[in-house]
Amino acid sequence: MPLHSEKRLNKLKAQLIEIAGNENVDDTTSGRLVYSYDATPNFQALPEIVVAPRTAEEVAAILKLCGETSTPVYTRGSGTNLCADTCPLKGGIVLLMKHLNKILELDRENLTITVQPGTITKEISDLVEKDDLFYPPDPSSMKISTIGGNLAENSGGLRGLKYGVTKDYVMALQVALPNGELIRTGGKLTKDVAGYDLTHLFVGSEGTLGVITEATLKLIPKPESQKTILALYQDIEAAGRSVSAIIAHKMIPVTLEFLDQDTIKAVEDFAHIGLPTNVKAILLIVQDGPKEIVDRDIHKIAEICRGEQAVDVRLASSAEEAEELATARRSALSALARLKPTTILEDATVPRSEIAAMVRAIAEVAQKYQVRISTFGHAGDGNLHPTCLTDARDEDEMNRVEEAFAEIFEKAIELGGTLTGEHGVGVTKAPYLEWKLGKAGMEVMRGIKQAIDPNGIMNPGKVFADKAKQRMVTVK
Amino acid sequence: MMTSSEKKTIQKEFKEEMDYDELLNCMRCGFCLPSCPTYIETGHQEKHSPRGRIALMKGVADGLIEPDDDLAHSLDVCLGCRACEPVCPSGVQYGHLLEDARTILQRNKRQTVGVKMLRKGIFDELFPRQDRMEKVTGLIGFYQRSGLSKVARKVGFMNLFPESMATMEKVLPEVPKRSVMKQRPRFFEHEGEKKATVALFAGCLMDTMFFDTNNATIKLLRKAGCDVLIPENQLCCGALHGHNGELEKSKQLAKQNIEAFEAAEADYIITNAGGCSAFLIDYDHLLKDEPEWSERAKHFVGKLKDISRILVELDFQKTHRLQLPDQIITYQDSCHLRNVMKTFNEPRILLKAIEGVHFVELEGADTCCGSAGDYNIVQPEMAMQILDHKMEKVADTCAQIIVTANPGCLLEMKLGVERAHKSNEVRAMHIADVLVEALVNE
Repeated sequence: MPLHSEKRLNKLKAQLIEIAGNENVDDTTSGRLVYSYDATPNFQALPEIVVAPRTAEEVAAILKLCGETSTPVYTRGSGTNLCADTCPLKGGIVLLMKHLNKILELDRENLTITVQPGTITKEISDLVEKDDLFYPPDPSSMKISTIGGNLAENSGGLRGLKYGVTKDYVMALQVALPNGELIRTGGKLTKDVAGYDLTHLFVGSEGTLGVITEATLKLIPKPESQKTILALYQDIEAAGRSVSAIIAHKMIPVTLEFLDQDTIKAVEDFAHIGLPTNVKAILLIVQDGPKEIVDRDIHKIAEICRGEQAVDVRLASSAEEAEELATARRSALSALARLKPTTILEDATVPRSEIAAMVRAIAEVAQKYQVRISTFGHAGDGNLHPTCLTDARDEDEMNRVEEAFAEIFEKAIELGGTLTGEHGVGVTKAPYLEWKLGKAGMEVMRGIKQAIDPNGIMNPGKVFADKAKQRMVTVK
Repeated sequence: MMTSSEKKTIQKEFKEEMDYDELLNCMRCGFCLPSCPTYIETGHQEKHSPRGRIALMKGVADGLIEPDDDLAHSLDVCLGCRACEPVCPSGVQYGHLLEDARTILQRNKRQTVGVKMLRKGIFDELFPRQDRMEKVTGLIGFYQRSGLSKVARKVGFMNLFPESMATMEKVLPEVPKRSVMKQRPRFFEHEGEKKATVALFAGCLMDTMFFDTNNATIKLLRKAGCDVLIPENQLCCGALHGHNGELEKSKQLAKQNIEAFEAAEADYIITNAGGCSAFLIDYDHLLKDEPEWSERAKHFVGKLKDISRILVELDFQKTHRLQLPDQIITYQDSCHLRNVMKTFNEPRILLKAIEGVHFVELEGADTCCGSAGDYNIVQPEMAMQILDHKMEKVADTCAQIIVTANPGCLLEMKLGVERAHKSNEVRAMHIADVLVEALVNE
């Protein structure tokens, strides 16, 4: 059922055209279909209208209009997200940020960069590195994703272990609110305790509170040097133990990535960079900083890996080879998709000390429900990506996949972890959110949502589930 | 406008004929987006991206949407450069999906009698018939030699055509006389030590309009130690048909070519046109449903190599001294040679081996120049936008020669040079012609 009657829809369209211009409003079938999905499998819904505003003021005006007409708003960057946050489940409008794609200022005195939300993440990273500065958050989709999407999802990446995630680099925002107001939060300030931390309320709010129309990001000096090693294992738990041992030895590498054999094979099949496909697991480890310290750390990490039964430890011979390895790792999810028609990826995260236990639990769950799960991920920060290789057309198997993931979530929480480390709650984890936050925690979230978006127009159907999932296993 | 019965038929055929597993193989990660020239040029319009186009095809196959003219337009705007394929971690065979979708749309298109006749003329009567290709290009040659071309330009006859076509007319190479084309032998002996016997896929356009480039290719192969055969009865590769939704005709051409080259029994089949080679290498896919042909097609495909690859494999650049006057030289990849044949290092190795020239890598050399087969004729606006952006990058290299490895790209580069009013400063050349010019002691 369409949300709006034809008459109301035509009126809405005319009003949107008045705000954003005829060429930026599209209600053709194909124009709507191509914004009906994101990178999350099995979610698709057509919006009624697609609109691409050109300024923050236009964004605010559109939100005001949508508030008045109870029109759902789904904000979209490049549509790479993995929890169906950009899928317009309840129709309404898709708000494209493609015109708001300018880098506004690189402030070399305060070490900040101010950007519009539609800017591609990698453009920011490349630009600042030319100035020997560094923007560390590097989600695997950074070549495609927009910074606005990263902010809304509080994206992580391969460098999270040492440098943290998107939220750690946001200093100030401009946000359009559902009532049509534009507000500014934060500033180019290291210290700022004036009022609630609204900046970090909007970061990670998954488009459910407002639309970020500008952001000032913190930059740090670019590390002097970098080294990459690969540690190879014939026992995946040994790889998990190595991760915990490295951290326990007070080593904090930039990147500490885990790939199991399925993932290694799929990635090698795509990238052809000579990854060893005959081992059960690989750790990809990167350290950066002053050269002497990098050498010392890498030497020590290699020793720890050997002590935990790594069968081989290899050093990348050049910066190009190191970059190839990181790029190959970034392709892991999509490369796994070549193995089966449907790839369902999750994001369960545990304290780093529990990595080996989590790896074991995932293997047991896969066995129990007879599903194929490959695992890769940012093991160093406890953020694993168990990925189920399945076929959406096989209903029976899909049910088992759902049960398997429910049990993985349960296990992660039991180990002191969380449902999602960096992909967001969206639709896929909404029914489980209460497991993590509890009833009272959910009430706080609902209160905030109600205060800012009383008409519920911002990304409806996400984060807050219509019906919470019952816990399958009681916590011991 | 599509009628509702046409829409129904198209929808049914999408359901029945599209490779649904391949459609599902796209997991919509978007890794293809930055590689797609039309996505970039349209300011990030998803309907002009590979992910968007696949979603549209799947949307029709799923019955989620009806096909319409907008959808057809989205598929038409695709260059078919296949730059999205090597960057796709899931390994989606986008080119195959595009061909299948275009075939269904083409089959259901109502066309005016004129367009039908023209298509029939081009696809059935002209490109599959080498004798006619020779005649037509012979006419172009007559037009050029007779002075008619000068007259036509003077009286502004060409102004009646779209701007790109009119400029294109200026840059066509000089076509040799038909008698010259006819007299060329079909066998050439190797020079020096014999290393291989190769059969040249001469190509319909290459062997007429670019006859001299074929001769240069033969010369290089001989010098590299190859006996060169030019099998009779070979025809157009069928790419133009395949890309325009005429797959059945492509299949007929494929079978005839396979037969023609089986008779030659060469070690390798050599092409000097990236566009043709990318289609030839798909013959096994094209004929996969015909058991009596699929093995033969595989055998054919296994022998296929681009001229630059075999030259490098036979150490041509190490055994021959290459030299040109001091100048800057750059290279524009043929999309199909790069993305499908995976040949992109070899041309650079050869060009860098030329003494005296300074090779400067062209920024964005791996993205399409806008030629894309007949794209510059059917989608002139987008093609010219892409080309003009390309020429800005070429200007940044300060190159005096821009080298390509495919006739379409070559013409497009010549067109770009002409549009930028640089025909006195910059030459666009096929790599085979550059190498022959660089051969010392010739």
